[in-house]
Amino acid sequence: MNLEILKHQLVPKHEILSSKEKREVLKKFNIEKEKLPRISVSDSVVKVIGAKPGDLIRITRKSPTSGKAIYYRFVVEG
Amino acid sequence: MAESRIKSMKFGLISPDQIKDMGKVRIVTSELYDADGYPVEGGVMDPRLGVIDPGLKCRTCNGGIDECPGHFGYLELAKPILNVLYIKSTFELLKVTCRKCNKIMIEAVKNSKSFEQPNKCPHCKALQKKIKFSKPYTFYEDKEEITSVDIRERFENIPNVDLKKIGFGGGRPEWMILTLFPIPPVTTRPSITLEGGERSEDDLTHKLVDIVRINQSLKENMEIGAPEFIISDLCELVQYHTSTYFDNELSGTPLARHRSGRPLKGLVQRLKGKEGRIRGNLLGKRVNFCARTVISPDAKISINEVGIPKIVAKELTIPEYVTKTNMLYIKNLFKNNLVNYVVRPDGRRIKITKTNKKEILETIALDWVIERQLKDNDIILFNRQPSLHKASIMAHRVKIMPYKTFRLTMQVCPPYNADFDGDEMNIHVLQTDEARTEATMLMEVKNNIMSPKFGGPAIGLDMDQISGIYLLTKEDVVLSKEAAAQLLADADIDVELPEKDTFTGKEIFSLLLPEGFSMPGFKAKRCKNCITCTEEECEYDSWVRIKDGKIKTGTIDAASVGAMKGKILKAFQTYTDSDTLKDFIDQTGKLAVSYLTKRGMSIGISDLDLPTKAENGITNEIDLAIQESNNLIKKFNNKQIKILPGMTPKESLEAQIMNALANGVSRASDIVSDNIIENDLIHMAISGAKGSIINSTQMTAVVGQETILGKRISRGYHRRTLPHIMAGDLSPISHGFVSSSFKKGLTPFELFWNIMNGREGLMDKSLRTRKSGYMQRRLVNALQDLKVKDDGTIKNSYGEIIQFKAGEDGIDPSKSDWGVFDWKNKLEIR
Repeated sequence: MNLEILKHQLVPKHEILSSKEKREVLKKFNIEKEKLPRISVSDSVVKVIGAKPGDLIRITRKSPTSGKAIYYRFVVEG
Repeated sequence: MAESRIKSMKFGLISPDQIKDMGKVRIVTSELYDADGYPVEGGVMDPRLGVIDPGLKCRTCNGGIDECPGHFGYLELAKPILNVLYIKSTFELLKVTCRKCNKIMIEAVKNSKSFEQPNKCPHCKALQKKIKFSKPYTFYEDKEEITSVDIRERFENIPNVDLKKIGFGGGRPEWMILTLFPIPPVTTRPSITLEGGERSEDDLTHKLVDIVRINQSLKENMEIGAPEFIISDLCELVQYHTSTYFDNELSGTPLARHRSGRPLKGLVQRLKGKEGRIRGNLLGKRVNFCARTVISPDAKISINEVGIPKIVAKELTIPEYVTKTNMLYIKNLFKNNLVNYVVRPDGRRIKITKTNKKEILETIALDWVIERQLKDNDIILFNRQPSLHKASIMAHRVKIMPYKTFRLTMQVCPPYNADFDGDEMNIHVLQTDEARTEATMLMEVKNNIMSPKFGGPAIGLDMDQISGIYLLTKEDVVLSKEAAAQLLADADIDVELPEKDTFTGKEIFSLLLPEGFSMPGFKAKRCKNCITCTEEECEYDSWVRIKDGKIKTGTIDAASVGAMKGKILKAFQTYTDSDTLKDFIDQTGKLAVSYLTKRGMSIGISDLDLPTKAENGITNEIDLAIQESNNLIKKFNNKQIKILPGMTPKESLEAQIMNALANGVSRASDIVSDNIIENDLIHMAISGAKGSIINSTQMTAVVGQETILGKRISRGYHRRTLPHIMAGDLSPISHGFVSSSFKKGLTPFELFWNIMNGREGLMDKSLRTRKSGYMQRRLVNALQDLKVKDDGTIKNSYGEIIQFKAGEDGIDPSKSDWGVFDWKNKLEIR
C-alpha cells in the first residue's frame, strides 16, 4: 500500500519546528522538553515528514470547541 | 515509648533469624488458659505477647493497653512448611533449578517466557525429571512427592549469583519455606469476654492453637520414631492448618470452619475485598455526628435549608466553648435543655441528666466545652449516595421540624438526583469552626446553584413550578389587587404592592426581580422558531425582555427559570449575589405553586378531542404511510427495492419502511399541533414543565412504531413475530406499528408491541445506568490528577503537559454560558 497519509482528511497538519521556534515553545510553556507530550519516531506521519528524535512537532488540528487547536509533540526513540 | 521516625522501608521475605529476633516468646504448648483462667506461659495467649485487658501491664515492655504495641512470638516447626502465599514462586523456582547441582538452568529462563523445564542441566548434565504442581501445595517429580525438606535443601544451595541473574530479590528463596512460624501478638487477635465471663477467641487464635497442637504431636511422634505414614499425615495436617491460617479461600482445600460451621477468617481475608482492611478501614471509615432517614418534600422551605426532625436534632451535638462573653447564652441553653454533654478541661465528658444539671450549671467555668443540640440555622452537610459529583454533598441550614423525615425543596432535587419514592439521605454535623466556615463558603447550596459543568443553573424551578409560573405570566392573566395580595401572601412573599387596581401576572412576577435589573432578550421555551424573529413584536409572546426590573414582553417558562436552562437565573450570577439568587428561586417557586394551586391544573379525555376534519386527516396520513410501506414490501418481493449504500436489500427495506412510517406519524403530529385546543396538557409541553408534543400525539392521534434495539419488532417465532401472523409477513402491523392512539385504545397486537417496547426501555434503563456509572467512575479516576494550571495548560501531577490550552479553547466552563463565552451578554447585564 502506498498511501499519501498526509493528504488523508483525518491526518492533521504536522510541522517540524526550527530550533529557534523550539526554544520559543519551551520558553513559552516554561517546561523541560521531557514534559511535553511525546511521539514515537516510528509513527507513520513522523516517518513521512522525516522528523528525528529530539525534534519538536507542531500539530494543527481541527477542534470542535475552538475551530483550530495547536499541539506540540516531542519526537522520541521507539 | 520514645518517638521515632520511619526513614526507609523494605519489602521482602522474612528470614528465620529475623523471626527469632523479633519473637519474644517461644511457643511450646497449645494450651490457652490454666484451670484458674490465667493465660499459660508458652501458650498462644502468653502474657508476654502483649496486653488486651485494660489495667494490665505488658510482661515484655511494661506498657499499658495504650502503649504496648504487642510482641511477636515464634513456634519451632518440627518440619519445614511451604508458605502457600509463595507457592507460585516456589513452583517456578523449582522448575528452573537443577535437581542435582541446584544451579539455575539459565538458558531455560532466557529463551522462553513460559519457563519450559529443560531435560538436561546445562551445568552438571544431570537429567531432569518433570515437576508437577498439584493444588494447593504439593509438588511431584515424576509422580513422586517432593518433601518440603527437599525443596528447602535445593533452595538453600542455589548460588546468589544465579538468583541475581533471574531477578529473584527480597531475600533467600529458602525463606519461602518456613522453619520458624511467627506467632502474631495478641493485640492483632484480641479475645472478647462474653457476658457470662466466658472468653471467645479470635479466628486467628483458634487457627494458631491448631497449628501448635499438631506441630507438637508431630514432634513427639518423630521423637519416638513413629511409622512413616503417621509422620507424613501429621506433616500434611500442619501444612493444611498453616495454609488456611494464611488464606482460607484456597482452591482445592476444604474451608477451615469454626465450631459453629462458619468459615474462619485467614490473614488474606482480613485484608481483601470491600470489607477488608484496605477498602473497609483505611479508605472508608464509620463516622459519628451523622444521621440518616427518609426524605420528603416541603415546598415552603428554602433551597438553602433542610428540615431536620426534632428527635434527630436532639441527638446530634455541636461543641461550644464557654467564654467570658457567652456565659449568658450557655446558661440559656442549659435552661432550655439544649445541652447534652459537657467536657471538662481535663477531658472528662459528663452527660447532662435531670439530676446533675443544676450542679453542673453551677460548676461550669471558662475553658469548659459544652455539646449543645442542633438548632435552627446551624450548618450541616447533606448527602445522597451515590456521591458522584461535588453537588452530591452540599451544606444546608438546619430547620427543626416535627415528624421523622428530612425535608427538602423540590428545587434541590436535581443535583442530588433525589426523589421522594423512599430515598434516604445522610446529614453530617460539622464539629469545628474551620469546618463550618469552609462549608459556608464553599459548600452551601446558594453558592452551588451554578453548575461548574456548563455554567448554567443546576438548581431552578421544575415541573409544576414551571407550569405555574408559565400560566401566571402568560399574556392574558389579570388579577385584582386583592387576588394579587392573597397570592403573594400565600407564597410568603413580603413585597409592597404598587397602588393599582389590577395586576397582570407579569407585573406580579416582576415584583420578585431586583430593582433595575435588565438583561438582553431571549427566546422563551414556547418559541415557535419562526423563520424571521420579530423579537419584541412576537405574536406568541415568546421573546422574553426584562428591563429595569420589569418584564416588558415574553412569558416566563423553563428557558427563563428552569433548572439547567434558566437564562434569568444565569444573568443573576453577573448581576447580583448568591443570596438574592437564592431568594429569587425560593420566591418564584412558591409563587408558581401558589398560583397553580389557586388556578388548578387538570386534563380530561375531552382535552384530547380534535375536529372531525383533523381526525380524518390523521387517519389518511397513517393509511398513506401504511400503503407506502406495503408498496415498498411489494417492490422488495419483486427485487426492485432501492438499495441504500452499505446495506443489504432487507436492511434497505427496513430502513425505508421505518422512514415512511415515521414520516406518516410526524405528518399526523403536525395535524395534532395545528388543531388541538390549548389545554393544560399542551401548557405542560410548551412551557417545558414535563412531556412534549409527542406525548399528546400518542394520546390523540397515533402511537407509532414500537422498536426493539432501534429496529422494528422482529423476534418471536420462526419468520414471524406472533403465532397468528403469516410466516414472512413484513407488513407494518405485524412488526410493531401501532396505528391506534391511546385515547382510541390499542388492539391486542398493538398492546403487545407497546409492552415489548416498554420492557426494553425498563431493562435498558437499569443496565445502562449501571454500566455508564462504572464507565464514568473509571474516567474520573483516570483524570483526577489533571489540573488546569495558571498558564492555561493542563498538566498531570508529574508536571507533564496533557493539553496546551484547556479544552482547546481555554474557556472555563463554570464561567461560560452553557459552554460558550457570550461576551455580548455579559456587557448588557450590568
